[in-house]
Amino acid sequence: MRGLCTLLLLIVPQVVFAVDLDMRQGVTAMSQDIHWLHTVMLWVCIVIGVIVFGAMGYTIFAHRRSKHPEPANFHEHLGVEIVWTLIPVIILAVLAYPAAKMLIEIEDNSDAALTVLITGSQWKWHYQYLEHDIGFYSNMSTPREQINSCGGWFLTDTFCDLPDGDSEAGKAERDANEHYLLEVDNPLVLPSNRKVRFLTASNDVIHSWWVPDFAVKQDAIPGFINEAWTNVPETGTYRGQCTELCGKDHAFMPVVVEVRTEDEFDQWVEDQRIAKELASGQAVADREKTWTLAELVSIGEEVYLANCATCHQPNGAGQGSTYPALDGGEIAVGPMAAHIDRVMNGKAGTEMQAWAPQLSDRDIAAVITYERNAWSNQPDDNIVQPLTIFESR
Amino acid sequence: MVAHAEHIPHRSGLAAFLSRWLLTTNHKEIGSLYLWFAFSMFFVGGALAMGIRLELFMPGIQLIEPAFYNQLVTMHGLIMVFGAVMPAFVGLANWQIPLMIGAPDMALPRLNNFSFWILPFAFGMLLSSFFMEGGAPNFGWTFYAPLSTTYGPDSTDFFIFGVHLMGISSVLGAINIMVTIFNLRTPGMKLMEMPLFVWTWLITAFLLITAIPVLAGAVTMVLTDRHFGTSFFSADGGGDPVMFQHIFWFFGHPEVYIMILPGFGIASQIIPTFARKKLFGYNSMVYATASIAILSYVVWGHHMFTTGMPLAGELFFMFCTMLIAVPTGVKVFNWVATMWRGSMTFETPMLFAIAFVILFTIGGFSGLMLAMVPADFQYHDTYFVVAHFHYVLYPGAIFGTMAAVYYWLPKWSGHMVDEWWGKLHFWTAIVFVNLTFFPMHFSGLAGMPRRIVDYSHQFQDFNLVSSFGAMGLGLTQVLFLFIVIKTIRGGEPATDKVWESAEGLEWTVPSPAPLHTFETPPPWPINETETHEGAA
Repeated sequence: MRGLCTLLLLIVPQVVFAVDLDMRQGVTAMSQDIHWLHTVMLWVCIVIGVIVFGAMGYTIFAHRRSKHPEPANFHEHLGVEIVWTLIPVIILAVLAYPAAKMLIEIEDNSDAALTVLITGSQWKWHYQYLEHDIGFYSNMSTPREQINSCGGWFLTDTFCDLPDGDSEAGKAERDANEHYLLEVDNPLVLPSNRKVRFLTASNDVIHSWWVPDFAVKQDAIPGFINEAWTNVPETGTYRGQCTELCGKDHAFMPVVVEVRTEDEFDQWVEDQRIAKELASGQAVADREKTWTLAELVSIGEEVYLANCATCHQPNGAGQGSTYPALDGGEIAVGPMAAHIDRVMNGKAGTEMQAWAPQLSDRDIAAVITYERNAWSNQPDDNIVQPLTIFESR
Repeated sequence: MVAHAEHIPHRSGLAAFLSRWLLTTNHKEIGSLYLWFAFSMFFVGGALAMGIRLELFMPGIQLIEPAFYNQLVTMHGLIMVFGAVMPAFVGLANWQIPLMIGAPDMALPRLNNFSFWILPFAFGMLLSSFFMEGGAPNFGWTFYAPLSTTYGPDSTDFFIFGVHLMGISSVLGAINIMVTIFNLRTPGMKLMEMPLFVWTWLITAFLLITAIPVLAGAVTMVLTDRHFGTSFFSADGGGDPVMFQHIFWFFGHPEVYIMILPGFGIASQIIPTFARKKLFGYNSMVYATASIAILSYVVWGHHMFTTGMPLAGELFFMFCTMLIAVPTGVKVFNWVATMWRGSMTFETPMLFAIAFVILFTIGGFSGLMLAMVPADFQYHDTYFVVAHFHYVLYPGAIFGTMAAVYYWLPKWSGHMVDEWWGKLHFWTAIVFVNLTFFPMHFSGLAGMPRRIVDYSHQFQDFNLVSSFGAMGLGLTQVLFLFIVIKTIRGGEPATDKVWESAEGLEWTVPSPAPLHTFETPPPWPINETETHEGAA
């Protein structure tokens, strides 16, 4: 018995203090305060648990029939009842004070140096810097092959007929990818040591924007705007995820934040401004050019795989009635105008979103052209130019 | 009643079987129906959980596509909550409450039949949605708008109808239990003399009657938003998606206690029996249960701290939630005090009851941690929450039910449970339940959101352990099925009293309990000498 106790005393603290098992401490003052509160709560629970379960363990051991054949006869004691009602009340009151104080601080969104509007949509984030006229989408960049590869799974390929998967290579890439599922094409860039205010909103269902290292988790609710804030002292890359079930690809909606020094951030803002000018120049050039079918199809395939394949599948077969097949699909081989309308404006009440604000004229033209020439699709009207898309906006 | 029972044996084969079980108004038969129904739903819900855990065995998508994964998660929750835990408790109430208060049957026997027979249709409909175009409901058992309104699959309407039917069943069942307890107690039995199981069920019945209609309102609003042009939950038409969450959790939090209070009652029956000592603090147990029930109506907001609730709301819900720890603590202390200086033996029901107290308390601890709003910002919607409510529900509600089955099965079947098998079930269940759910605390603290089909490498080890544990836990329950069938089919005959120091009216009737008991009200308080003769 004593040996067992010693062993437990040696192991338990190790386990409790091991980094992997504990809440992430994070990098902001807020996340560290919360970690402190969590630790205090945990220890209060552990101490109460040791006392209660200890008493229980003792009685189980000492008051077994074989050791204690005659039961005692007491079954009421007002004093004891009052004591064990009051003690928890006192403990709770003591705990409530720091929690309430911390909460008041968390809810103080005033005096921010920078405001970012975060808009969730199925299954990506859009970041808008309200002071800087910068806005972009942030999509998960982990390739589907890595996700859908079963290699090494003991049920092997028999059960594993997911499109895009089935490969040992995909699994190897997945295993080697340190940031599997937690990587994006365009991370949110923030300055260090400045109070940043986040406004969260949504275009479709409820999402929730979470970065554990900042201790910021705020729901993004369609039709409403919520507030949160952070102030990150250390530069670095921080990763999180959407935490509110938001449909099929809820697991594939990561948050990546790059925190840079203030100078680097200011430089980045300037770079974005220049890039935007260049892009608008490029857009003009794109729509003045008459593209060949081959050019559009080749760009379109990339756009399709990046944005459309998750629902409609790489082979255009779709998934049931929720995600209709595009191979031979009513719209994909029907009149061009309807196809343009569906891609640009989406279909209300479904997961088919409006792509007009998300993709350039060239990319929309390319993806529509691709869909009308891919697989078995061969409608007469099989190519659309970026200019047409520009005029449809 | 008697004439009815005599009439039945004249039919034969299937007709007799059907007319017996379809038309029965006997509380024991309906209790058995409820329990078997709950048991079968437990396996269906469990099979869905196995699918979830298989997929989460390692990173990557191997078996289950994301869209189907969401259906599994949703249906697992719905079936376990409404199909397994709730009907199991109603089944126990049906069997035991009349026996424990000396009533000949439930007060409203035909209603009782109706409440049960709604359920197979409700769940048949819900399960059939797996085979519909667009698949089963996929928005989580909490069916937050607008995922369930604008974006819900077509089968959402079947889900709504199914929930209405379950709700009707629950409310009618609750009314029946309440009326029975208030009117059919044997003369002389005061309310404050009722067994704790009856008390906790009485309070649960009040919770059901007040909470279920709120759920009915919520699903109806979802229905009208979907089909009749209303905008309760859509900001486009002046509504509010967060209002859905307020309404849902106003039902949902009392629901949590609906799923645990009868378990408290069961532990309060079993622990004194095997400690051979009266329950410590009977009155405070009753008051604590009532306080928990009342507080359960003012804490719903703690599910919604990240929705942008104003500071005042967050503080109110935090303080109220913390307050629930007080009566819950009183109950736990009372159970320990009941055991204190008793003379304990550890038959299977006692083992499950003790595990119930310990593991439920662990779930209570994580609940207290979740109540702290700042910390909740980190815990919310992660596996920490999944660990928390599974600790409350599996070793809580489900171990409670299992303890009850082991405790009363000898009375129902006339055979003692083979202790060797019972203990094997207990020890395997206790190992696997912890192996499944304890690592979820760690994956949650490390930052793994709930309801995700795939996860990054950092969560791999904990998920592997959880999945391994879940497979074992699933197999363990097959063992439970085997034990129940084995006990029903035969075994050492049970005495009337079954357990040496069991107290209560249910132990004064023969084992197995005949179809009709207490046709004349038994004397109260129990005549001790008479009981002992029966036991000998």
